[in-house]
Amino acid sequence: MAEQRSPGTVPTPRRLLERLPSITVLGPFVALLLAVLFFSAQSDRFLSGQNFSLILQQVLVVGVLAIGQTLVILTGGIDLSVGFVMALGTMVMTKFAVELGLPPLLSVLCGVAVTTGFGFLNGLLITRVKLPPFIVTLGTMNIAFALTQIYSKAQTVTGLPDALLFWGNTFRLGETVITYGVVLMIALYLLVWFLLSETAPGRHLYAVGNNPEAARLMGIPTQRVLLLTYTVAGLFYGIAGWLLVSRTSVGDPNAGQTENLETITAVVLGGTSLFGGRGMILGTLLGAIIVGVFRNGLTLTGVSSVYQVLITGVLVILAVTADQLSKRRG
Amino acid sequence: MEFRPNPQRTPPPNPDLPLDQARQPVTQAKVVLEARGLVKRYGHVTALDGADFELREGEILAVIGDNGAGKSTLIKALSGAIIPDEGQIILDGKPVHFRSPLDARRYGIETVYQDLAVAPAMTIAENLFLGREILKPGLLARLLRVIDKKRMLEEATNSMKDLKIGIRSMSQAVETLSGGQRQGVAVARSAAFARHVVIMDEPTAALGVKEGNMVLELIRRVRDRGLPVIIISHNMPHVFEIADRIHIQRLGRRAAVVNPRRISMAHTVAVMTGAMSPEELSPDELAH
Ligand SMILES: Nc1ncnc2c1ncn2[C@@H]1O[C@H](COP(=O)(O)OP(=O)(O)OP(=O)(O)O)[C@@H](O)[C@H]1O
Ligand SMILES: [Mg+2]
Repeated sequence: MAEQRSPGTVPTPRRLLERLPSITVLGPFVALLLAVLFFSAQSDRFLSGQNFSLILQQVLVVGVLAIGQTLVILTGGIDLSVGFVMALGTMVMTKFAVELGLPPLLSVLCGVAVTTGFGFLNGLLITRVKLPPFIVTLGTMNIAFALTQIYSKAQTVTGLPDALLFWGNTFRLGETVITYGVVLMIALYLLVWFLLSETAPGRHLYAVGNNPEAARLMGIPTQRVLLLTYTVAGLFYGIAGWLLVSRTSVGDPNAGQTENLETITAVVLGGTSLFGGRGMILGTLLGAIIVGVFRNGLTLTGVSSVYQVLITGVLVILAVTADQLSKRRG
Repeated sequence: MEFRPNPQRTPPPNPDLPLDQARQPVTQAKVVLEARGLVKRYGHVTALDGADFELREGEILAVIGDNGAGKSTLIKALSGAIIPDEGQIILDGKPVHFRSPLDARRYGIETVYQDLAVAPAMTIAENLFLGREILKPGLLARLLRVIDKKRMLEEATNSMKDLKIGIRSMSQAVETLSGGQRQGVAVARSAAFARHVVIMDEPTAALGVKEGNMVLELIRRVRDRGLPVIIISHNMPHVFEIADRIHIQRLGRRAAVVNPRRISMAHTVAVMTGAMSPEELSPDELAH
């Protein structure tokens, strides 16, 4: 019987490497804490409830999109169609409501059905035709973009009914004004966290990402898990679209163009491995907030937005490096 | 390669019994899993060419053979990973038709795959219950398929205790274990769920001497709990150390079943490679 290494022995380089997973867990917290401390020192407007509420509103859409992206990345895949599929969904919602005059909630449902359908299509192509997720979603990204432009004739939709703007409504918590959308985002994160960590389908998603062949041999319907994952991701893109419409009060055919990379940034900063099978959904929320804090803080301290992009890039490289190092261990 | 029988493993003939019964005490044991005339073709390659197979109650049966002899194909047919073109598989005297590994598992046949089939980032407890998690009671919990982590942890601890695998915490990730311990987890998983048969494809390959011995010891414990075990191995000393009978697979068929307590390693290898025909073996060397 191989003996166990007893805890508390002298830290060798190997022992330090073994602790890396905890670095990927703690990393996001530390990064967030440092950023908050730094910006609080730089600007006295930074550390206020109202400013944090604003940051949350700014990360709302990317935050909900990143839930779908996290699910996909946990299976070892990637989704490049995220922002463009959402944009198509918002065009369907707004045009159905404004131009076809459908009841607003039915229009929302149609928009969400379109994004969910796109997720299903991604899943179908990946599981049935066995194409790599990267290529499939690159293709559907372009299809969604083109459909958005064709359908909207590149026109912005305005004059939206109130129901479409619902998530922009606010309530007060003490001094701070909070939108319903922020509450929805946090609720969705908690729900997905529960499903991933406490239910059999959630654990199967991790197993499929961690070792697909083992999952298959253990009787997990791996193809069905993948198909369901991409479909559910599409559902979240639709919800994110509704949140976007609520925030901006328009249907914008050019929305969602930077969101792909931003969701991947949030996922990676949150400590989820791009190799699949490892990571936490709540880390993604932290990752999204980190990006938001940097944006907001740098803007408040009057730093040009080019530096914001630079710093985000450096953060992503750091996070991916930690991921790669912890994978190499053992 | 000279083989000297291990004196402890060679029981003295019992003078009170008729000669052939004294030598083959397992003859009366019930047949648990049987295959007749299995054929499996891949294009024009015939992997199985009318293979027979017989596993008896409470035994460790080793399956040996040259590369390409059809061992893995035979075992895959028995574990539902492939469907044979011809022939039948009989479990407890009844014909069965496995269409997937899941089918075979429903009949209590568990397989330890050569690459172990574990999810390294997940905990030992999760790996033990992968694909058959214990769910919490209650309508909503059933609907959402909420898992009972506490019970899974307890039962994992118990089944590992049964097999005396020295792992402290069932909530540690499998990737933190040594190779031997991981193999132990895979063996424990099959032992914990098997009701009928445990199949192991090369369970000691790529293990150190110490880890290899640990897994052999585990296999014996599984057998001693009453489960028959099929083990594929290229490691002759291991085979002779652990097997009650040895199934020699050659050219897609069963060439012979021999008795490791009576036959030399040299003769076994000769039959396996075709240097010696099974008819040249003395009746004493065969297992009946
Ligand atoms: N999926 C397959 N497709 C084509 N041929 C196959 C396939 N599986 C097995 N074969 C062929 O069937 C024959 C028997 O293969 P099998 O894997 O059963 O041998 P084995 O006894 O397990 O050999 P080894 O000791 O190398 O594992 C070989 O000639 C092999 O090439
Ligand atoms: Mg083989």
